[in-house]
Amino acid sequence: MPGSLHIITLVKWVPDAQLERRIGEDRRLDRSQGILGELDEHPLETALQIKEQHEAEVRVSALTMGPSGASAAVKKALQIGADDGFHLTDEALQAADIWTTSAALAAAINYVRATSEGSEYLVLTGMASEDGETAAVPAQLAGRLRVPALTQAREVTLEGRRVVVTRLSGTRMQRVAAVLPALVSVTDQANEPRYPNFRAIMKAKKKPTTTFSLADLGLTRYAVESKVSLIAAEPRPERQAGEIIHDDGTAGQKTVEFLSKEGLL
Amino acid sequence: MTQVLVFFDRVVDHLTPAQAELLTHADALGEAVVVAGSLPPAGAEALAVHGVTGVLTGADSIYAPDPALADLVVAAAAELDPDLILGPDTPDTVDALSRAAVALDAGLITGANGVTGSGSGTKSVLAGSWRTTAQISEDGPLLATLRPNTASQQAIAAEVPEVVALEVAASSAVEILEETELPPSGRPDLTEASTVVAFGRGVEGDLRLVEQLAEELGAALGASRVATDAGWIDHSAQVGQTGVTVSPQLYISVGISGAVHQRAGMQTSGTIVAINKDEDAPVFEIADFGVVGDLNDVLPQMIDELRRRKG
Ligand SMILES: Cc1cc2nc3c(=O)[nH]c(=O)nc-3n(C[C@H](O)[C@H](O)[C@H](O)COP(=O)(O)OP(=O)(O)OC[C@H]3O[C@@H](n4cnc5c(N)ncnc54)[C@H](O)[C@@H]3O)c2cc1C
Ligand SMILES: Nc1ncnc2c1ncn2[C@@H]1O[C@H](COP(=O)(O)O)[C@@H](O)[C@H]1O
Repeated sequence: MPGSLHIITLVKWVPDAQLERRIGEDRRLDRSQGILGELDEHPLETALQIKEQHEAEVRVSALTMGPSGASAAVKKALQIGADDGFHLTDEALQAADIWTTSAALAAAINYVRATSEGSEYLVLTGMASEDGETAAVPAQLAGRLRVPALTQAREVTLEGRRVVVTRLSGTRMQRVAAVLPALVSVTDQANEPRYPNFRAIMKAKKKPTTTFSLADLGLTRYAVESKVSLIAAEPRPERQAGEIIHDDGTAGQKTVEFLSKEGLL
Repeated sequence: MTQVLVFFDRVVDHLTPAQAELLTHADALGEAVVVAGSLPPAGAEALAVHGVTGVLTGADSIYAPDPALADLVVAAAAELDPDLILGPDTPDTVDALSRAAVALDAGLITGANGVTGSGSGTKSVLAGSWRTTAQISEDGPLLATLRPNTASQQAIAAEVPEVVALEVAASSAVEILEETELPPSGRPDLTEASTVVAFGRGVEGDLRLVEQLAEELGAALGASRVATDAGWIDHSAQVGQTGVTVSPQLYISVGISGAVHQRAGMQTSGTIVAINKDEDAPVFEIADFGVVGDLNDVLPQMIDELRRRKG
């Protein structure tokens, strides 16, 4: 491949799904604690594999947008293997909807790209964020950057200047290709993310991270006003545990009896 | 009257249940026009459904993931000035409507359970543990994708609507190198089945018992990520956060621990029955009926009992 390639992988800092997650009185998600979204480890792994397999120079940048705590997601991405980190943080981005998120991230991607002028670029995202779960940011970003979006990738390879992706479209399995620049959203089917070892963790301490705000992107808060806002949020009533029986050789019959009694047969 | 634009990336000879359901939603909300990336040779016959007043399509067929599908939606919106632009919650539709929302400067809700003509939508978030309502801040349109099983699927037949072609053509931004249709499973579709039998690591690769149970119950087969990752069944059968969300009347969980990611895809089921040999498995916290036992003992008993009852 001629010239160098700049891969920008998007990583989101999200509340840990293993802990209780809640939306507060202010209808905002409690973001006091978080982790690098597990689904965003897959695009990062894809980026690192491309870097390892390509002869040309490949630079992998990790970009996040989020509150100050989100720097932890960038740090983790650097430990896993990204070369450098970028963190967009701004008061005005609290409670950002899809429209706002993609507007700010598109500007941020252009900002990151400007640090490697002359390189070809590829944007990699996760299939969905674990808190927003909209799966819509990738296509919106691609629309704003005016590049094709190959979403839901189960396999990603780079062949020269073409990125080739295997994905499921409805009931059809597709192999599709687009010429760079392009955006690919990577599923958890694509690979097995690596864990950072001690050496990598030490090395990451020396990697640069740039923190910036909307003003650095030439954007005002009015340019990123949400189109949709939450007007109500309530926890779903928890399911109650029902009857539990231990198998004594008749549990199968009893289960069928239960189904019959409930009118489910 | 609320104007609804309904987007389908592809219409074939028969509506899919998800498409029929969407037209029911649209009919209940107001007047609907369908915009389709491609139509079958028979034209709009499949769209002869009550509430559909017309069909728009491109100058030629446009297939996902061509970004021209978004251009088609934008062109259709310019013709109709709709209050709502809706589509089924499939990745290809999410892509097209997301991109169109940027061009239209409009609000978007994906994976909604319901929407109103005044631009609000409800959605379940955080792995199904919260219900939220969102509202657009300006005048429409609101773009939304709707989850399956959120309306009764009773599309009422009507006259075949007229088709008008817009001047939007397929682009060459994305090249489709290869396409293969997944083989049909011969069982009910997972997202639409009223009964789902789902299995996990506990079956250890032997599907005979769960297949027999599904057969006796007329159920669809689902699986945990561990089971699909192991290749015991296609990934399309995966239930959960990164698979499909199901909400059947009856969900039977066999040899699945019930991790939060798995629950995300099934905890709104009507009745949950769990079979697991570990009495501390988290799935028992949400099961209406739980059996602590070895699936290799319990399933044969169930299958025998079901067969006996059928006579
Ligand atoms: C970001 C992310 C997304 C994910 N998305 C999904 C998703 O969409 N869907 C999903 O399912 N998972 C998903 N996972 C994985 C999830 O966290 C669990 O690892 C997975 O669901 C576990 O599958 P399992 O229950 O089959 O296996 P295990 O957790 O290993 O459980 C197997 C169960 O089988 C029982 N068992 C074993 N033998 C028998 C027997 N003979 N009889 C009866 N019971 C037996 C055991 O007691 C145990 O409870 C995701 C994880 C992450 C990090
Ligand atoms: N605030 C954010 N910062 C960085 N990346 C994000 C952010 N929001 C979304 N993304 C990326 O977009 C993907 C899809 O997110 P979503 O559309 O919210 O489900 C995620 O997996 C991330 O890669």
